[in-house]
Amino acid sequence: MKFLSILSPDGNVQRCTAEEPTFFGDLNLDQVVDAITASKQEYNLKPFFYTIPHDQETIHYRQQIMQDLEKAPAMTSIQSFAERMAVVRRYLSLIERLDFEYHRKGWFLEAARVYCDAVADLARNLSRTDLRSRGLRIFRKYLEDYLGSHEFDSLKREAQTLKAALSKVRYCVILKSGKFSVRRYEGEEDYTAEIEMVFEKFRQGAVKDYLVDLKETAGMNHIEAKILEFVTRLFPEPFAALDRFCSKHGEFVDEVIRTFDREVQFYVSYLEFIARIRRKGLPFCYPQVRASSPEVFVRDGFDLALAHASADSQRPVVVCNDFHLRAPERILVVSGPNQGGKTTFARMFGQLHYLAALGCPVPGREACLSLPDQIFTHFERQEDIHNLRSKLQDDLVRIHQSLTRATPHSLFILNEIFASTTLDDAVFLSRQIAHRIMALNALCVWVTFVDELSRLSEKTISMVSTVDPQNPAIRTFKIIRKPADGMAYALSLIQKHRMTYENIKERIQP
Amino acid sequence: MKVWLLYPDRDFDPNQPLPPHVDDLVQDLELNTLFKTMALGDRFVFDVVRRVVLLGLEDVECIRYRQNILRDCLKNAQVVRQIYELPIQALASKRRLWLGMFGKYPSSILSGARGMLKVYLELLKSLRKAADTHADQFESEGFRRFFGMIHEELNDEYLATVEHHLKVLEFNGGTLVSAELGRGNEGTNYVLRKPKEEDRNWLERILFKRSSAYSYTLHPRDDQGARALGRLRDRSLNQAANAVAQAAEHVENFFKVMRRELAFYIGCLNLAAALHRLHAPMTFPEPAPPAERRLSAQGLYDATLALTMQRKAVSNDMAADGKDLLIITGANQGGKTTFLRSVGLAQVMMQCGLFVPARSFSANLCRGLFSHFKREEDASMKSGKLEEEVVRMSTIVDALKPHAMVLFNESFAATNEHEGSEIARQVVRALLERSVKVLFVTHLHAFARGFFDKQTKNILFLRAERRPDGTRTFKLFQGAPLSTSYGPDLYQRIFGTPKVPDNEQETLRTRNGSRLHR
Repeated sequence: MKFLSILSPDGNVQRCTAEEPTFFGDLNLDQVVDAITASKQEYNLKPFFYTIPHDQETIHYRQQIMQDLEKAPAMTSIQSFAERMAVVRRYLSLIERLDFEYHRKGWFLEAARVYCDAVADLARNLSRTDLRSRGLRIFRKYLEDYLGSHEFDSLKREAQTLKAALSKVRYCVILKSGKFSVRRYEGEEDYTAEIEMVFEKFRQGAVKDYLVDLKETAGMNHIEAKILEFVTRLFPEPFAALDRFCSKHGEFVDEVIRTFDREVQFYVSYLEFIARIRRKGLPFCYPQVRASSPEVFVRDGFDLALAHASADSQRPVVVCNDFHLRAPERILVVSGPNQGGKTTFARMFGQLHYLAALGCPVPGREACLSLPDQIFTHFERQEDIHNLRSKLQDDLVRIHQSLTRATPHSLFILNEIFASTTLDDAVFLSRQIAHRIMALNALCVWVTFVDELSRLSEKTISMVSTVDPQNPAIRTFKIIRKPADGMAYALSLIQKHRMTYENIKERIQP
Repeated sequence: MKVWLLYPDRDFDPNQPLPPHVDDLVQDLELNTLFKTMALGDRFVFDVVRRVVLLGLEDVECIRYRQNILRDCLKNAQVVRQIYELPIQALASKRRLWLGMFGKYPSSILSGARGMLKVYLELLKSLRKAADTHADQFESEGFRRFFGMIHEELNDEYLATVEHHLKVLEFNGGTLVSAELGRGNEGTNYVLRKPKEEDRNWLERILFKRSSAYSYTLHPRDDQGARALGRLRDRSLNQAANAVAQAAEHVENFFKVMRRELAFYIGCLNLAAALHRLHAPMTFPEPAPPAERRLSAQGLYDATLALTMQRKAVSNDMAADGKDLLIITGANQGGKTTFLRSVGLAQVMMQCGLFVPARSFSANLCRGLFSHFKREEDASMKSGKLEEEVVRMSTIVDALKPHAMVLFNESFAATNEHEGSEIARQVVRALLERSVKVLFVTHLHAFARGFFDKQTKNILFLRAERRPDGTRTFKLFQGAPLSTSYGPDLYQRIFGTPKVPDNEQETLRTRNGSRLHR
């Protein structure tokens, strides 16, 4: 079987968008994807994370590869291969910007040396690894054939010999105004050290570093080229060998290997990202994903962005939550004390569905999720508080647009919408919107202080955030399925702003 | 070289973020009047005093350190103002000669830094002369350390060594650099070398002829080549230039810090002069640690009010040691807000090391001072005035720590008394249990009465005075909250109708007090 793409079994990689989906910010998926791709900028991986394949076969193909790469031997060999391929790319792109012959040839030699090591090591490592996924097995076969070729073998041996010879050259430049000369180095002493000693006493405190980063502007100008020319005359032999090497090995990077190197980073980056979170004891699982599932659930799910933010800190481990919707239930209404847990819960719900659709393991112990065609989020934004009327109008227009485009397979995540209107308006508007979503039969999570929404019909269930009065230091609480209870106006108001006696005591750390 | 005139062990950090809510505090306590009086029109002094005052200290020792330096300043005002001129001159000559930068290449950095150090060395010599002349007149730990440091660090011998090396660094005879081939055949490891030529006589030069050398002379119009040659020179000079530039910057920073820290004391001198002209009393306060509860004063007055009116203001005495909560009730326009401001202002001034407007004053330090005053301008907001107040309080809560202090002025009154009292009660109870000190001016009788009925020792009730004839003295005295807010008085004064009989007063109060409902 011919190797096509590591992202898709038919080699027909979904046309990827470079544009972040609109709901990313609300779900904090922007933070997640930023964190995943932060150290991988050069691969331009974000489009892979912005695009979900809408077929279950691709999800399965990807889940298999993820599972292979979860095992250390496969993962480490891919990682070390990638690091060196990055170096190769950097050197080769450098050459395109260089003017002088022996400068270009010097960098070409470096690139070839690193490439040979990268490919040889990857092939050797994969041959010793037990692979189960269809995608990685056919790639391994491809690599074995390439390594046995004569072309690859001669590239590798010639590069080594040449480098050894060039490293031995050492020379001196005497700089004067408008002229210079070059000769061999004859053991003169270091002068910088002496100057540094004299001024040591005045160099204290937090002062700026005046070292100029001259490497940045590097490249080679005609003066340096002239110096290099004098050096080639002082040391002719190694440069003749360099000429022979370059003319023999033109384009040495294999095209299939180049593509694989980028695409496999989709898996590597995600698994590297969740590895740190797993170390905190949080579970990930491969979910069942169905186009429309009669039940939707997760056990011990959690907000991936929050888990990431607290992974490196001393903050307590993120609290996991469950949910379980059985037909005809479609809308989760989350109410109760504002302690940070409700928004987190809503984000988790959205993240789970999106990550599952990408073919990734999701944050939770066990999950069954439906494959959404679209995700709509509406989160209250506090900064608009100065122009409430037009903000309310904008909100309603946006919600109306979402409802127009939505299908029964769509997912809605609503978080404290209408929180900055009056309480009366919030109740009225929420009730109207809820009825429209129910009529559509879309899947929905709705965080609200209007808890009567949870009693609207058999499609809605009520989940409530809970507070542990014994341990107010824990900021993330369990969201559990139970009926909500109402409050009077003044109390609703301070509850809404987390300003009750209990809230304030919890917010001010003793 | 360290200035350390604001802290005994460090410089003042001008980039330290101001505490949250200082904008409200500045507005509520009218602190800009204070800053303007201290700055006397000098923009720089204004910025410095504003930052230093708003970034109050939370440490008793550090406050005493500043108080002592300030005492020295009040005693030697002329000398202090004279020394303050030196950094101003240094920074002015830098602006004149270098437009604030050295250039971006090591050789220009080196020559710029060399020139600047020469100018600074002269001013440092003047500073040392001033230090040697006046050091004996200063008693505070801060100034003694400062003058001692000048004397020690800037001795003649070291200044001469530095001057000599600044000359050597002109490199008149060309620059010798060694290098190797790095990756890509680029020259690497450029190292500035000491030429051997000096050691050889003419005979040696003939006998030991060098190995072959290749030379190149640039075309006179090859500017690019000249620049490239410059860059090579730059590579070899990079570290040496860095050493000299850092030395220059260190000296310049010393002048900057000195100017900044002295500017605060210059502001204090200006303020002392202004209050002195009004014959208004000033005293150095007695700070207590944050965990204690102290607040006692004699002759405490609102200095910004005095400065605004240009005459002495009404003063109050107070004994509230051991109290966590002060609830201030009583007559409208009876001086409650002014009193609240005077306490807040004295607290702010004490915590930055200033004297305070009183005959005597002692209080515990607070870890953050916050004000929550009712705001008229928000009345039109659709989310409702009460909600705005709750939101504003919520942002304060975000910033609160134990032993902070919050000044409330008629907060949560934008609803009926029952709901307002409930909110105030929950907020204040939580703050007290989190060790936050609270001063609360209020008409919410149910709220005030609720705390009064508990008869707790840590709460003090003050009331604005109203004489039996209805006139006000603007003085506060200790007293239980009364079920009237003297609204009828105001009503009477404005509408001119005869005083209502006592049994109708309750009705009138309710009508007057039921401000904005939801």
